[in-house]
Amino acid sequence: MPPQRISCDVLMALDPSLQAALLVHRFGFVPKPGGLAAAGKDGRAALLAELEDPNAAHIADDDLMDSGEAFRAAYAERLSVRAERLNARNEAAAKPQMQTGDNAMPPGAQKQNEKRNLPQRIYREEARARFDAAFRAPVGFVERLVWFWSNHFCVSAAKGQVRTICGAFEREAIRPHVTGKFVDMLMAVETHPAMLLYLDNADSIGPNSQAGRRRGKGLNENLAREILELHTVGVGAGYTQADVTNFAKVITGWTIVRPKQDPERGGDFTFDPRFHEPGPQRVMGREFKSGGIEQGRAVLTMLAQHPATATHVARKLVRHFIADDPSPLLVERLAKRFRDTGGDLKEVAKTLVISPEAADPSRGKLRPPAEWVLGIPRAMGAMPGDINPLLQGHNLLGQPLWRPPAPKGFSDDSSAWIDGVAQRLDVATQFARRNPTQRDVREIASETFGPLLSNDTRQTIERAESQQQAIALLLMSPEFQRR
Amino acid sequence: MPHHPTRRELLLASGVLFAWAHMPKVALAEGRDPRLLVVVLRGALDGLSAVAPVGDPNWQRLRGDNALTSDRALPLDNFFALNPAMPNLHRLYRAGQATIVHAAATPYRERSHFDGQDILESGMPRVGSAESGWLNRALQGLQPEGRVENRRAFAVGPITPLVARGPAPILSWVPPRLQPAAADTAARLLDLYRHTDPALAAALQERRDLAAIAMGGGMSLSPQKAGEKPTGPGAGNRIYFAEAAGGAAKFMARPDGPRVGALAFDGWDTHVNEGAADGRLALLLSALDGAIGAIETNMGDAWKQTAVAIITEFGRTARINGTAGTDHGTATVALLAGGALKGGRVIADWPGVADKNLHDGRDLKPTTDLRAVLKGLLRDHLRVDERALATTVFPGSDDVKPMSGLV
Repeated sequence: MPPQRISCDVLMALDPSLQAALLVHRFGFVPKPGGLAAAGKDGRAALLAELEDPNAAHIADDDLMDSGEAFRAAYAERLSVRAERLNARNEAAAKPQMQTGDNAMPPGAQKQNEKRNLPQRIYREEARARFDAAFRAPVGFVERLVWFWSNHFCVSAAKGQVRTICGAFEREAIRPHVTGKFVDMLMAVETHPAMLLYLDNADSIGPNSQAGRRRGKGLNENLAREILELHTVGVGAGYTQADVTNFAKVITGWTIVRPKQDPERGGDFTFDPRFHEPGPQRVMGREFKSGGIEQGRAVLTMLAQHPATATHVARKLVRHFIADDPSPLLVERLAKRFRDTGGDLKEVAKTLVISPEAADPSRGKLRPPAEWVLGIPRAMGAMPGDINPLLQGHNLLGQPLWRPPAPKGFSDDSSAWIDGVAQRLDVATQFARRNPTQRDVREIASETFGPLLSNDTRQTIERAESQQQAIALLLMSPEFQRR
Repeated sequence: MPHHPTRRELLLASGVLFAWAHMPKVALAEGRDPRLLVVVLRGALDGLSAVAPVGDPNWQRLRGDNALTSDRALPLDNFFALNPAMPNLHRLYRAGQATIVHAAATPYRERSHFDGQDILESGMPRVGSAESGWLNRALQGLQPEGRVENRRAFAVGPITPLVARGPAPILSWVPPRLQPAAADTAARLLDLYRHTDPALAAALQERRDLAAIAMGGGMSLSPQKAGEKPTGPGAGNRIYFAEAAGGAAKFMARPDGPRVGALAFDGWDTHVNEGAADGRLALLLSALDGAIGAIETNMGDAWKQTAVAIITEFGRTARINGTAGTDHGTATVALLAGGALKGGRVIADWPGVADKNLHDGRDLKPTTDLRAVLKGLLRDHLRVDERALATTVFPGSDDVKPMSGLV
């Protein structure tokens, strides 16, 4: 645990607005101007109020496509590009005298190319929707929970068609359930086309299924293994290779509609009985009778109720919000709440916030890059029209949006990010160069940190040689880096 | 499971350089101050395209139109010629500052990159779960001099090449990609961190120190100017190679800098359209040649005491495959450069490339154990104890005698 400046434990107990600032920083995003004042002297109340807002995680934007629409649109684009290329080739063959190297491209073709790449355009629209949601949130506790669960159940835009639907995945499978039941989120995630494509289940075929016997193709264990290892019970929960294999058989047939076969529904989730391994399966000591898709739902229900899942999820939540080295007492308290409420995530979140550890004054967690980057527009009180710098910030600092290095997601350990701090200085400097502000930076600092602002940081900002330098120093201050 | 890039890889592009705080004390006592830089070429370099046996009567028959011939290649002796993409290495060779070892291989005889690199870098006779590399273990035998004790806290992430991993302390440096922040802002911030957050102070301080050394003093091959984009085919590699290798040399040239370092360059797995004369491999070799030049320049006076060993996990098939490339093979070249070398020679017990001479009927046959070369360098250049070389550095290599006379 890195030593922290705040050494005023006694004062903490006496000063509610200091505690409120601590809670808002720890469980929300960097506060916006007026954000700390709005939270007042009761930080817990502000957090709990956000949890009770049924629309807190909802993104209302009619222009965003659902994952099926996005998938089909991208498919249609690929077909039309292919058709155009074929046309162009035929025309060129018909008029050989027109072949003139660089000038062969018809006027307007360049423009057309820019318009294409629908997956990338959708990805950027989804990114903007996510950034807007983070900017809008009053405190951002629910939004932070969205980010947490999205990372827990991560998919990667780097894999094939997942780029087109990774944003929709978060809106469709994560957001509706962050203050709902874990089992519902689990069902939504594991039946979502993005997850089925990312972890290869869309192509997994039961060896004894109709398709398996005909084609001699087989099982892909990827999704089954990661559900056990990462999404639910976690490593060390006592499952065996046989459990993985059997579970993989159970979820054969959980796939997507192929757009060639059904253009209307291409890209939607479907249970395809022709891929499904027939017969009962044994997973983690329990027999699951055959029953098509219900067999898999029964296994997921069992996993959601497994005590190891409660502990696994509790430990990750504590590590994310409180400390790299989670207190076993707090983990057990959360896990118990999870078990007692049948995996009610709102109740688990409440338990976390009202625990005494939540107000621990040692702010040892480093904000991961995504939180730090989005903290910048929040602190400045203005969302940039161009989101490119925000996306680039994610990339440069090693946390590219919806593109984790592995199914395990991005690390929640401060140690994983600390030596990127020097790069943050480069990003902060660039931001300050490009975004001159008329506001008094000392005022921004006091709005952002309230009673958390140290004398050292205040003086450093006051003594800056320019407005630009003051902003860079504000963004780099320990109060901005840690929570 | 595919390779998942670590955060550090994502953060810092594709390479890392590191070096030890350890110093070769015995050599110092002799009045020398030797430097050793190991460059690992990942993906298996086609040794026959880098250094072609133009005097072998079967050579042109073997490679046909793809064979480098004496009219195109740079002559080394009356038998071998160097790929024309490597004029720097050729110049050094003629000045007696480069040696080429041909038909060399590790003891590995299968053809998996992963296992091949494991053997190359671990120094173990068999594929296993080695957690340390031969270079690191060789350093353990040397007395630590501790001159750079303040800069070894730069933790190295999981992509530290295996050859350098192990108990000897490592520091790492990575070429910067962003225009660095104004020095004054960084200094102010550092001052703030020192008063409020020692962990942040340490992270910023280390990075700044290393960047200052690498960027300072006008690096002659200064690669990244603000806003300047690489142009032309292969420019990205050329810039990166020169920056990484040249930066390494800058550290190692310093009186208080590390004396041993390692870095890795990817991209040598040329299965399709190898392009030894004017395609992909030529561009890679050209980038490597530029890196050698950057090392020479940035080492300055220390070049006289420098040895650079460029090695790869295995070679490629003697014949060209159906897609104008080459597949995984066995023997290949090791390229040595540096002012410390007794160079100007191609060392090879040449097996020939007639069909009957090929290993498994397909690869250049290995006649020199690469470990003999490396043991010779470690013994005669850094003064690593010969017994340690046969036991802890390259375990089970009693029969492989260190090659004498390299330096």
